[in-house]
Amino acid sequence: MSEQAESAVGMPSRAGWQVPWTLIVFLMALSLPWIGSRYDTFLGTQIAIYSLFALSLNLLLGTTGLVSFGHAAYFGIGSYACGILMKIVAVPFWLAFPAAGLIAALFAAGFGFFCVRLTKIYFAMLTLAFSQIVWAVCFKWNDLTGGDQGLPDVPFPDLGWMAALPGFDRMRIAEQFYVLALVLVALSVAALRRLTGSPFGRVLTTIRENPERAAFIGVNVRLYELAAFTIAGGFAGLSGALFGIFNRGVFADFVFWSKSADVMIMTILGGMHHFWGPAVGALVLTLLNQQITAYTEFWPFVLGTILIVLLFVFPGGILGALDVALSRMSKRRDA
Amino acid sequence: MLEISGLTKSFSGFVAVADVSFTVDTRQIAAVIGPNGAGKSTLFNLITGHLRPDSGRVLLDARDITGVAPHETCRMGLGRSFQRTNIFPLLTVFENLQSAFLVHYGRGRNFWSRSESFYRDEVEALLVSIGLREQALLLGGTLSYGNQKQLELGLALAIDPQVLLLDEPTAGMSASETHETIRLLQRIADERGLTLLFTEHDMAVVFGIAQKIAVLHQGHLIADGTTEEVRNDPEVRRVYLGHGLSQ
Repeated sequence: MSEQAESAVGMPSRAGWQVPWTLIVFLMALSLPWIGSRYDTFLGTQIAIYSLFALSLNLLLGTTGLVSFGHAAYFGIGSYACGILMKIVAVPFWLAFPAAGLIAALFAAGFGFFCVRLTKIYFAMLTLAFSQIVWAVCFKWNDLTGGDQGLPDVPFPDLGWMAALPGFDRMRIAEQFYVLALVLVALSVAALRRLTGSPFGRVLTTIRENPERAAFIGVNVRLYELAAFTIAGGFAGLSGALFGIFNRGVFADFVFWSKSADVMIMTILGGMHHFWGPAVGALVLTLLNQQITAYTEFWPFVLGTILIVLLFVFPGGILGALDVALSRMSKRRDA
Repeated sequence: MLEISGLTKSFSGFVAVADVSFTVDTRQIAAVIGPNGAGKSTLFNLITGHLRPDSGRVLLDARDITGVAPHETCRMGLGRSFQRTNIFPLLTVFENLQSAFLVHYGRGRNFWSRSESFYRDEVEALLVSIGLREQALLLGGTLSYGNQKQLELGLALAIDPQVLLLDEPTAGMSASETHETIRLLQRIADERGLTLLFTEHDMAVVFGIAQKIAVLHQGHLIADGTTEEVRNDPEVRRVYLGHGLSQ
């Protein structure tokens, strides 16, 4: 059996001959400022940041089986934290960025403490309630968040050092920021990936699969759910911090519930049962949005149609559908 | 080993378990029987901390575990299986058991290592023991019903319990599956020196392996003793009249 088990659970042996897709995709994305237009880099930044946002949600949705309708709260808290620290307190980016993640994680731990006491739809509703409270505070607290005016002109980080690198000297600041954002997103995603494959991640999976049974193998279900909620909130905060800078300002709609819906749609569109699904969802949804809004102003109509088709025809999302197609092809080849 | 005294639980007026007391000695195989709705599952849920009793106490190895949450009773050495099979359907059989070992050995706080390489030997030994060696790579949810029951037993055993509670371990099984399961249970209980408490509706199974039987009827304990005592108890005979208890 050990040989059998080796091939089933022995991911390391499989990775030996696998194409390093993640590295290839990363390098291709990294080359964007040199080979693409300014607009491509703009889109690339947005996709990278949303990928991290959606992947952080999927730690809850796909890995732990928790449906959070309020994930935008932590994205927003991260962007406000980073924006306020950089613009008003004049803290350098390399401090403000991790601080934003930490602050978002702290809020997630505080709200999550109450949320994990509930299950299913009640859990979802409570996450939504907390996110709307955060939105109301951001919208009204003029002194801190700029209220409905938001927090415009969040400065770019000081990237003078990057211009000294060969090949970076003629880059605009937005393109340099893209490179920085891409590297930070890649590091965060690598950490999330590692986490998902760790024993901790496995415990989260048992909770998704069967919380009752998980408790009876000794899992403190609420504690692990809270840990997942906190970590997911932290990574959402990091993505929010980057987005505020990219967007040149932080506004209350970052925290609004529709933002939570957007990121959930990305996650489900890409496929929540696959680690990279949410990133694919972020990519596809962002590109579609750009393409379709050029032709029609009825983007929500198109989005709704896509969702309906998706839910009925490809419930596993894009990567889920690809999986099915690939396994059918290989079966046909075997036959 | 397991001592239950005065356990009572009612649900909005309906008394499901009324003042039930009995003990199971170390390495004893004990059964709780009773007609449907007698309160067997409620009793199990009270013992494992799934439900909190209105009154009464549960002692595991002289430690009070009344109302203690399942993940803690589990750590104190109380394993259980469920009437309705309860596994991790989208994990492989190997991963199912490996998860239980990871939790049992306190690896859940490891955020960094790859989980694949942990406890392969332990999982393999357990797979052999419960007879699922060949199915290691299949998803739990795709197994046959009997195999899922075996897997569930494996999950309960992985936490290395002192006391094992099995809720209808042969429910829904064919005669041959039932026979195999009983032999498996007996062997494992013997090998590991387990104390076993199970519910069962198949009287042949009960009288075949139990050393001690407690009989529940409408939430009340109406008999508690050796198989011989219970078989000859007039009250039990009255409740089970026509249910073939004497066979």
